Amino acid sequence: MEKMPVHDEVAQAIQPAILTGSEILWATLVGEGVTEVFGYPGGAILPAYDALRKFPIRHILVRHEQGAAHMADGYARASGKVGVAIATSGPGATNLVTGIATAMMDSIPIVCITGQVSSKVLGTDAFQEIDITGITLPVTKHNFLVSRAEDIAPAIRAAFQIAQSGRPGPVLVDITKDAQQARADFDFAAAQPRPYTPHPMLHCTDHKLHHAAELIRKAERPVILAGHGILQSRAGEQVRSLAERMQIPVGLTLLGLGAFPASHPLSMGMMGMHGESWVNHAIQNADLLIACGMRFDDRVIGTPATYAPNAKKIHIEIDPAEINKNIPVDVALVGDLREVLEQLLPLLPGRDGSAWLRSIEDSKGSAAVRDIRNLPDSGHLYAAHVMHDLWRITEGRAIVATDVGQHQMWEAQYYHHDHPRTLITSGGLGTMGFALPAGIGAKVACPDREVWVIAGDGGFQMTASELATIAQEKLKVNIAIINNGYLGMVRQWQEFFYERNYESTPLVSPDFVKLADAHGIAGAAVSTRAELASVVERARQHNGPFLINFLVEQEDSVYPMIPVGSALHEMIRRPDHNPLVETPQDF
Amino acid sequence: MLHTFVAYVEDKPGVLTRVASLFRRLNINIISLTVGRSERAGYSRMTIVADASDQAGHRIRASLYKLEDVAEVDDISGVSAVTRELALIKVAANAESRSGVFELAEVFRARIVDLAPESLMIEITGVESKIEGLIQVLNERENRVLEVCRSGKMTMRRGHHTSRVLRAMGVTDIPDGIEPVDPD
Ligand SMILES: Cc1ncc(C[n+]2csc(CCOP(=O)(O)OP(=O)(O)O)c2C)c(N)n1
Ligand SMILES: [Mg+2]
Repeated sequence: MEKMPVHDEVAQAIQPAILTGSEILWATLVGEGVTEVFGYPGGAILPAYDALRKFPIRHILVRHEQGAAHMADGYARASGKVGVAIATSGPGATNLVTGIATAMMDSIPIVCITGQVSSKVLGTDAFQEIDITGITLPVTKHNFLVSRAEDIAPAIRAAFQIAQSGRPGPVLVDITKDAQQARADFDFAAAQPRPYTPHPMLHCTDHKLHHAAELIRKAERPVILAGHGILQSRAGEQVRSLAERMQIPVGLTLLGLGAFPASHPLSMGMMGMHGESWVNHAIQNADLLIACGMRFDDRVIGTPATYAPNAKKIHIEIDPAEINKNIPVDVALVGDLREVLEQLLPLLPGRDGSAWLRSIEDSKGSAAVRDIRNLPDSGHLYAAHVMHDLWRITEGRAIVATDVGQHQMWEAQYYHHDHPRTLITSGGLGTMGFALPAGIGAKVACPDREVWVIAGDGGFQMTASELATIAQEKLKVNIAIINNGYLGMVRQWQEFFYERNYESTPLVSPDFVKLADAHGIAGAAVSTRAELASVVERARQHNGPFLINFLVEQEDSVYPMIPVGSALHEMIRRPDHNPLVETPQDF
Repeated sequence: MLHTFVAYVEDKPGVLTRVASLFRRLNINIISLTVGRSERAGYSRMTIVADASDQAGHRIRASLYKLEDVAEVDDISGVSAVTRELALIKVAANAESRSGVFELAEVFRARIVDLAPESLMIEITGVESKIEGLIQVLNERENRVLEVCRSGKMTMRRGHHTSRVLRAMGVTDIPDGIEPVDPD
């Protein structure tokens, strides 16, 4: 049979008709532009699975529903589209929860669909009945319990609108089995939700814009704080104009990396707990902060009372509930970042920022010499080497999905992201086990892009079962395990704050290369810097997924570090004996 | 301080849970919550009184608006408004001790709504302090207070509405300058 052109398939799928609830579900998803879903079947969602093959949607069978939610999340972060995960009732649904919470904390648009027991037995503790709308209430933007076939299309369409609009986030639709089986009229157009109404407390008057512009014009030591909102509202160009025209240096949050090019002369790098020292110093010394789509998370402010004490603060943010939450601000421009900046830019003629930029440059001292290529090879392999070389070899163009821990911070420090949506990482929830499934989601969303999963030896094992998904789906995903034999970030805290009491952090792991091999996935171990580049090249050239087990220095720590409860400038410095230290006077 | 919000919410199952869950998530204690039908078809009206820091009002209101089922939120802490509460109070009283309670009820403009051989029921509406005053005086007498049922506070702005409420009522011609200015 000849394959129909895509638009014909879509047009056909959303023809008004009398359909079963299951068919309505898929047809609505097709109408919403969905081409891939990540899921795992079970009794209560079986009618939906039974109807799947009639629709032009690729289903990626995961190995654990947490993986499905993370894949939908990685898919959304890489592409900007809504990711879709699907699971059965009961344990299938509860397994999604960590993934949903991860998406919630990072404002990622995903739609999760769960099967539910038949409406007749709802509330009777039926087999695999769980109140998933109750459980996910605080970790979704909204959720729906649907018990009639005719309500499926409106609920799914509303879910897509809610997930993407305003400040994005996850939405769950729980559909009873009888609703999937019943028949109803399907009319895609008629199921359109009410027009989206922006949050009524958005507030960006001329008066406020002029006030902000005046603060910016008059500032001597301004800093732009670039956050995830830049990616969400596609405001990269506008932020760049603001920085370039007014010659303002830019510090980035973890989730903001890639939103402003790392190689741009005005980019200072990452701020916060493991941010670059000169960025944190610049923030502390600033007389004006312009926060663009960031929420003054506790990991970037140190302590509220000591944060940027002499700076006026302008907060440009789409969520009114974020205004004055952690840090009181002087001017709040509450609205879509791109729209606000487009109104603000005409009020900003230009400015000479050279003195302030020079003083930041000076404050870098020799710490700016982060090019660890120049360090003599001590025979040891450091995670920073791996990140740096991966960046160099992939020319900074890969999509990198990281897990959570030390390697995540090293990635943020040493893989310089010039392009939006190239770093996929769990910032808000800090979910170990995120990298592999999120990387799979990214690869499915962007099949032509080079994708690297970078995970610690600990976190990798939380979702390692998804190796089988890679094998089954034949996905060219490259995997770098940063194997330090420890739950490294926790070990680091034990080293700094618990007198090196390494309780429950040493980790015995399987031979990851053999584990890959058992899945039919090629792999190699790397323990010296000398072999690093050639193995990375081999992985890239390999026609299929490839896993590299990097056996790195075990007790290395991430510097600088702001201890919890300290001010932003009170960083723990690289000690002299650390071979990674550029010079003792590292700033 | 006590914050008072009036919210119009869709009259659907689970909405109360969403509102209550929000306050729990923000670690804010709800002092009083009343819900009932409103003048708008399909919408209930809530009066929510919560104890939170002085600055919390903005964030609570903004967070309430983020709930899909919430249509309008008015923060009426500190504005001129009428607040009432209804209480039913059952007190122990027999033939001898009743008359004293009748007198009290008169003074408090309360009504006796049920009379039994050993007890009677008082209905009282008013501000919180009036209701508490009556309960206190009853407790001081030999009549024991057997049961108290209080509705929680209901509040309505005096005089003109906010533009949002006017809009909610379908008024399109909204005069300027009645919007409370958001602090920032
Ligand atoms: C699901 C989950 N459990 C526990 C933690 C706490 N935690 C944060 S980092 C970390 C250690 C991670 O170890 P590993 O994956 O080996 O990465 P490394 O820090 O060594 O690079 C732990 C346990 C977490 N973030 N997520
Ligand atoms: Mg580790």
